[in-house]
Amino acid sequence: MSSPGDSRRTTARRRETALFLLAVPALLLLGIIFAWPVLRLLAMSVEDGTLANFEKATLDELYLYVLFDSVKIAAMVMAICLLVAYPVAFWLSRAGRWGVALGMFALLLPFWTSVLVRTYAWLVLLGRNGVVNRWLRDAGLIDAPLPLLHNTSGVLIGMVHVLLPYMVFPIYASLLRIDPDLSRAAEGLGAPAWRSFLRVTFPLSLPGVSAGCALVFVLSLGFFITPALLGGGRVIMVSMLIEQQVREFLDWPFAAALSTVLLVATLAIYALIGRITRGARHA
Amino acid sequence: MELSVKGIVRRFGPVTALGGVDLDVAEGEFLTILGPSGSGKTTLLKTVAGFEIPDEGRVLLGGEDVTLAPPRRRDVGMVFQNYALFPHMSVAQNVAFPLEMRRRPRDEVKRRVIEALRLVELEGYGDRLPRQLSGGQQQRVALARAVVFGPRLLLLDEPFGALDRKLRESLQLEVRRLQRQLRLTTLFITHDQEEALIMSDRIAVMDKGRIEQVGAPGDLYAHPATRFVADFLGESNLLDGSASAGHAAIPGFGAVPLPAGQPDGGVTLLLRPEALRIAADAAAMPCRGQGKVLETVFLGQSAKLRMALDGGGEVLARLPLRPSDPPPAREGETVAVGFAPEDLHVVPRG
Ligand SMILES: Nc1ncnc2c1ncn2[C@@H]1O[C@H](COP(=O)(O)OP(=O)(O)OP(=O)(O)O)[C@@H](O)[C@H]1O
Ligand SMILES: [Mg+2]
Repeated sequence: MSSPGDSRRTTARRRETALFLLAVPALLLLGIIFAWPVLRLLAMSVEDGTLANFEKATLDELYLYVLFDSVKIAAMVMAICLLVAYPVAFWLSRAGRWGVALGMFALLLPFWTSVLVRTYAWLVLLGRNGVVNRWLRDAGLIDAPLPLLHNTSGVLIGMVHVLLPYMVFPIYASLLRIDPDLSRAAEGLGAPAWRSFLRVTFPLSLPGVSAGCALVFVLSLGFFITPALLGGGRVIMVSMLIEQQVREFLDWPFAAALSTVLLVATLAIYALIGRITRGARHA
Repeated sequence: MELSVKGIVRRFGPVTALGGVDLDVAEGEFLTILGPSGSGKTTLLKTVAGFEIPDEGRVLLGGEDVTLAPPRRRDVGMVFQNYALFPHMSVAQNVAFPLEMRRRPRDEVKRRVIEALRLVELEGYGDRLPRQLSGGQQQRVALARAVVFGPRLLLLDEPFGALDRKLRESLQLEVRRLQRQLRLTTLFITHDQEEALIMSDRIAVMDKGRIEQVGAPGDLYAHPATRFVADFLGESNLLDGSASAGHAAIPGFGAVPLPAGQPDGGVTLLLRPEALRIAADAAAMPCRGQGKVLETVFLGQSAKLRMALDGGGEVLARLPLRPSDPPPAREGETVAVGFAPEDLHVVPRG
């Protein structure tokens, strides 16, 4: 015999199951287009029965250097995005209706243009005789054109441009969630605006900062088109290395090993960002 | 005067939130601003705290004009309606915040935080986060944070709005005790008239961005200056009649005597429900009428009756009850009703 409590638990469980069913299509899709290929990749990298490919990917100085360089560029993109995006997000969170509409439009506009087109546009803007250099020269600010293309600066400019919205939106969302009375309370209790920001608003926006940093970093680390075009072959990211292994050397197992290393590095850094921001919040 | 508000006007587009407010609060006084929703209470408090700059008028704190001073220069402790505790800081860090902003030495901060927490009976809760506290405890932390730095003025914006009745009552008394103990000049906001009567030295009744009347609770209750105050504070029967030769003709009661010196013409009279007596008790009353009981409500220590008077109009009567008393009347019954003329109050601006 079942007690009334049992049937209640059954009912509760049934409701949970019903809710879970809603997530099944998404889980299936993820499983098919994400988890399965990743597993295939892993399998491919150890096809020959040894870890030789991983040894090459993690011990060979050349590949380590590229990986390190990619992490460095991703970190720089992340840092620049954060510095540019935070003030924008802060302004948006305090702006009136028209300010928000304008800001959203400006941020979303690039999403309606493909990354490829935008990157080519930067080629036009940043070249030796590009728009930017011409302006600077006409304004008398420089004598010789600045090297903005086919180097790290070009890659950084292009990537920051593409990835900026991914930093602005999470920060904006977390700033909106903060009760405006909190900064009022801080000021009423004697804090100048900047101290109220440092002690109250900023710490409470850290979840958004963390999400934005993680998004931008992860996307940067695997970025391909923009660094390939704007770097002019002088800036090499892991993604370009992988593509090269497949296209030029047809070395699928080694490409797979490199990809796995990239994936692990991404996950590790993702975890690190989360840990740092959580720590900072209660400091 | 510790706080003086002079001719404050604040408009938001077409809305006039404050239409010329004058208010004085003496040192150590507990003054309540009582008014319905949208009457401008919060706007007035924010103007005093410095979060709003008025379009016209001045705010004086201890004689000094602070109309344009930023909030942090005013030394005012404020408790927000939703407490506004910093969620990422512990209770002790929250209470220490105003002291740290004033750059007090570390050991003094520590000592005063402990004292403040003891004052609100939250010793030992210093390490908790606000979300680990109940609503009433959070309220007390907000209070401790607002008084810990010895502000010259304490502002409270409907601080008990979100609490249940029992907790409300105990906090009302606690805030009052704390205010007396620290001799804090206090401006308190509520739309609950009972709360205003319990807590205040004086009450300022607000409506539509104006202060209708300021006075001690008993005074406002017995001698409201306007129809709005009479209606808003407690329950009331407002009887419209016409005065001539020291008497007023009131439908249902006939001619009743008025206080000396009342000019002829239309008058509005306030008759509190507890001034009315019915049936046998009414016989001893100088002013009498008769009516049909429309509704009776049992309230424990009293009963409330709504009656339709024979001469037209309705009145509300509140009759005291002892536990052994039978119900005072049945619905549908016709009974005598009466009152003493000295319980009538002429509302000056009816
Ligand atoms: N920032 C603002 N912008 C536009 N109108 C406002 C603003 N602040 C207040 N008002 C208007 O001013 C009037 C008074 O508002 P206020 O918040 O002072 O009322 P209140 O007495 O505190 O009401 P409640 O009891 O509901 O809190 C209202 O009509 C409100 O709509
Ligand atoms: Mg309000």
